[in-house]
Amino acid sequence: MDIKSASQLLELCAERGQDLADVVADYEAFRTNTTGDAVRDHMGDTLRVMRASVENGREDRGERTHLIKGYGHRYEAASAEGRTLGGSLFQNAVLYALSVGQYNAGLGRIVACPTAGACGVVPGALLAVADELGSSDEELVDALLVMGGVGIVSAAQGPISGAEGGCQAECGVASSMAAGAIVHLMGGSAEQVFEAASLALQSHLGLVCDPLASLVEVPCVTRNATSATTAIVAANMALAGIPAVIPYDETVVAMKKIGKAMPESLRETSTGGLAATPTGQRIYGELREKYRL
Amino acid sequence: MARIGLFDIVGPIMVGPSSSHTAGAVRLGLATRRILGADVHRAKISLHGSFAATYWGHRTDVALMAGLLGMGMADQRIPQALELAQEAGLQYSIESRDLGDVHPNSVRIQAEESQDQVTVAGASVGGGRIRLFEIDGFQIEVDGTYTVLMTRHRDEPGVIAEITKVLAVHGINIAFLDVSRKSRGSEALLLAETDDPIPDLVVQHVKRVTGVMVVRALPRF
Repeated sequence: MDIKSASQLLELCAERGQDLADVVADYEAFRTNTTGDAVRDHMGDTLRVMRASVENGREDRGERTHLIKGYGHRYEAASAEGRTLGGSLFQNAVLYALSVGQYNAGLGRIVACPTAGACGVVPGALLAVADELGSSDEELVDALLVMGGVGIVSAAQGPISGAEGGCQAECGVASSMAAGAIVHLMGGSAEQVFEAASLALQSHLGLVCDPLASLVEVPCVTRNATSATTAIVAANMALAGIPAVIPYDETVVAMKKIGKAMPESLRETSTGGLAATPTGQRIYGELREKYRL
Repeated sequence: MARIGLFDIVGPIMVGPSSSHTAGAVRLGLATRRILGADVHRAKISLHGSFAATYWGHRTDVALMAGLLGMGMADQRIPQALELAQEAGLQYSIESRDLGDVHPNSVRIQAEESQDQVTVAGASVGGGRIRLFEIDGFQIEVDGTYTVLMTRHRDEPGVIAEITKVLAVHGINIAFLDVSRKSRGSEALLLAETDDPIPDLVVQHVKRVTGVMVVRALPRF
């Protein structure tokens, strides 16, 4: 049993008469010689770490970060005072994503999903939706399994690192995973899961990895928040029957090719894009001086 | 290609900020320590490519030192690794170096204890996954997903048969076996990736095999 593409994973579901979550649980159980229940337990632990990272990140005032300070905390205060727009779903998605991103940048313990640089996207989108729907932990574990299936399909056919594929391979893939999970939570079909995943990834194609001063702070953390909201929008469109047109497998391959076409300066080297702007360079210079690099 | 792990994608659970530059680096450091088989007294670290370009911001130096001190990637003491290294008397140096046509996130670590030293090179290939590609000049490939029995031995007939026999007698199944040598009849290196953990007793028995010089059991890292 192997998962190499979305089309093959959908065939597995049809052949076995199982939903995506069960197929992914069986795949991992087969791969590691354990049981589906053990896989679900492990995913439950992962969910707890994800939740803790949201809570810790909301408190984080930025003692260990350089350019960003208390983003989650700040957003929460502004939203509570009615200084920001949007209903609770979008407010929470942004708040959770910023909080986890802030916490990660400050060397907090997080779930890399699929990478640490993009670790705020999934908790942001998925936990905000779960709040909205009142989802149980069991339902969330299933959604995380579906999400893992989307991520495995992506990793089998394309890059999962900014150094290889730019930010589209990190926040883009994370957003596509979250979009698929949301569709599952909403009761959408396996086909719709991958429609949503494709729509989310399509909105990230070409996105470069250009962080300031080689940190995982600017623009990573705010980008996590926008990628979380993109996941929700993509899921909504898929649920409404708006087609991605290009299947997820082909979108991933397009992402891979775009990544290969990116110069090294735009792939996690902090030498191009925002990092190379006058302001980006000034900030890097100040940090180098401060820390005698 | 090996099957992709679910918890490599929804995970790993790790200390930030970067899965490839922090978590992967912790694992590379930890793998090196396990291959040395003792507390590291001195480490010379050569960073290549993206590792060299961003190590300060992604705390790759801190992460490598945490691994060399024996920490795993979710260890919440990682942020204090440089201070803990100082307390432990672990001296280290870091340089940027072109390691050739290798993955952009590659590192070579020369680790020493009082009696012995080892040079390990590896890459962090994304999402915290790693691949070691060199041990003391031997070209190898191991990714830490299996327990590994490592031996340094003389390249002579029968040595490998004796080593694998010890594993068989103890009911340990070999999933993958990688043997390399620098030239015929010289020193060789064996890496046996096993489905089962390797108890100390097995290490002791393998040490007694004629021609075997060094034996390590490396838990998954």
